[in-house]
Amino acid sequence: MKQTHKRVKIADRAATAVLYAVAGFFLLLLAVFTIYIFYRGAVSFKPEYLGFTRGGIGVQFFNTIYLVFLSLLISVPVGVAAGIYMAEYAGSGKLTHFLRTCIETLASLPSIVVGLFGYLVFLQMTGQHWNLLAGALAVSILNIPQLTTVTEDALQGIPELYREGSLGLGATHWQTITGVLLPAALPRIITGIIMAAGRSFGEAAALLFTSGMSSDVNFSNWNPFSPNSPLNVMRPADTLAVRIWALKTEGVDPNAEQLSDLAAAVLMLMVFAFSLGSRRIGAKLEAKMTGGSHKGDK
Amino acid sequence: MRNSKFKKEYLGRTIVTIAGLFIILLTLAIGAFLFYRGSATFTADHHSIAEFLFSADWNPAEQGRGGKVGAAIFFFGSVLISVLALLIATPFSLAAALFMTEISPKLGRKFLQPAVEIFVGIPSVVYGWVGLTILVPFLAKTFHLPYGYSVLAGAIVLAVMIFPTITSVAADAVRSVPQEYREASYGLGSTRWQLIRKAVLPAAMPGILTGVVLGLARAFGEALAVAMVIGKMQAFPKNLLSPTMNLTAELTADMGNTTAGSEWNNALWSMALLLLLISFLFILLIRLIGKMGAEKK
Repeated sequence: MKQTHKRVKIADRAATAVLYAVAGFFLLLLAVFTIYIFYRGAVSFKPEYLGFTRGGIGVQFFNTIYLVFLSLLISVPVGVAAGIYMAEYAGSGKLTHFLRTCIETLASLPSIVVGLFGYLVFLQMTGQHWNLLAGALAVSILNIPQLTTVTEDALQGIPELYREGSLGLGATHWQTITGVLLPAALPRIITGIIMAAGRSFGEAAALLFTSGMSSDVNFSNWNPFSPNSPLNVMRPADTLAVRIWALKTEGVDPNAEQLSDLAAAVLMLMVFAFSLGSRRIGAKLEAKMTGGSHKGDK
Repeated sequence: MRNSKFKKEYLGRTIVTIAGLFIILLTLAIGAFLFYRGSATFTADHHSIAEFLFSADWNPAEQGRGGKVGAAIFFFGSVLISVLALLIATPFSLAAALFMTEISPKLGRKFLQPAVEIFVGIPSVVYGWVGLTILVPFLAKTFHLPYGYSVLAGAIVLAVMIFPTITSVAADAVRSVPQEYREASYGLGSTRWQLIRKAVLPAAMPGILTGVVLGLARAFGEALAVAMVIGKMQAFPKNLLSPTMNLTAELTADMGNTTAGSEWNNALWSMALLLLLISFLFILLIRLIGKMGAEKK
């Protein structure tokens, strides 16, 4: 009896130690990862690499931001609207069930599959060449299910009292949604949008065959309809992530090594900024919307 | 006044309903288009599904027909690498999830949770980049290989990628185990480890399995990170240290080089269709697990 008691206690201690070790290991791994990436980026850094020429990543940086911006322009309205539908109007019938399956399917689609779908529909079928818009549409397909789920969760997380209060004052359902529920859900929706943006920055598989692996732009030409204007959405555009892929797998550039190091560091920086930023902004908005006294209730 | 209030109600309702229907339409369109292009191998080119799945003879014609479209190497590569990644990642993920919930929720919330979120956000090309600059040379040096591109390299990169997915889902599952289970268990005099093993883990099992399947789905569909370290060798791997090829790497490598409608191109679309079907299969599996979990309760 005493023997088993002892053994059980030892097992408990050992397990605790192992769990601590694993947790520590992952923090260490992330630290090493980050330090290594930033270190390599810093070592490889030369001012001309940031330039907007073939030997720099300036164009790709611009393309990344522009493409993510375009994709949010498309996916946020659709995703948020569909989220509102799911949270407020969808019944419990077969159609809703099917829609939920669709959202889950879309959310778990490999991004390469989405890229190929985009290639087929936005390029081959319309007879277009690689272009930014096709890339933005492909990334939108990846974002829409996430935004829908975030919006739905955010709306459902609002206390029932809000809804009852608004309806009791004679507001219509839609007035309740736009006037009461959406403002209350905004912090979480915005956090979700920032997270979606953060993820889109690093997307590459969906872009290889849609927005292409090259750019030819002239930064003194801001007419959006001119073929080499940076604003033109129908021009081919490689993003930072796609550039890393191209540099690492084809590597024809003489400075491929350094450029990809720097591009990876810049991407990591963006990921960090967006991950930390979404937490900050979410918390701040939450405090502002609720007067900071919202912590206790749910 | 009254009228416009209700007009807005109907307009708003219509708009959001259309958005919902649009998602259904989009999903069906993706399925339909991929099915349409992916089935040409079996209809227009007259290959059998068995040949595509189980033959390793991959030599499709670049123009017209007459080649072989056995994709078994790629399929096997995908399965092998994602299963290996899962075997590596799951124990670590479970441990991290248990640490965050049962051992030290405070440290977990402060450090591990943000770390997991950052891990999720790291782009797959960056994982591939790290794999290529650290892991591949390291494997080559340690095991005296000419290059380090290998099944193992792919599996490790994927394991790091899916670890946060499994961890966060598993942590949610463990967190949702009712507090009474813990109180009852401690009340009976069990240690924390006994509580975890005998009460918490079994109760959280459906949720944990969901996380594992989600991780598997992510691993299976990942393209670029794997393609960078796998070696792109068109052969079955002899062991864990030999290079091979998987579905997604083959797709990224060759889709741009083929002419639409050729046998080669059609076979690649069949592979894309296969990826789609498998990811759908994972969804069904998660549904099934969820149902089983609900019944148990």
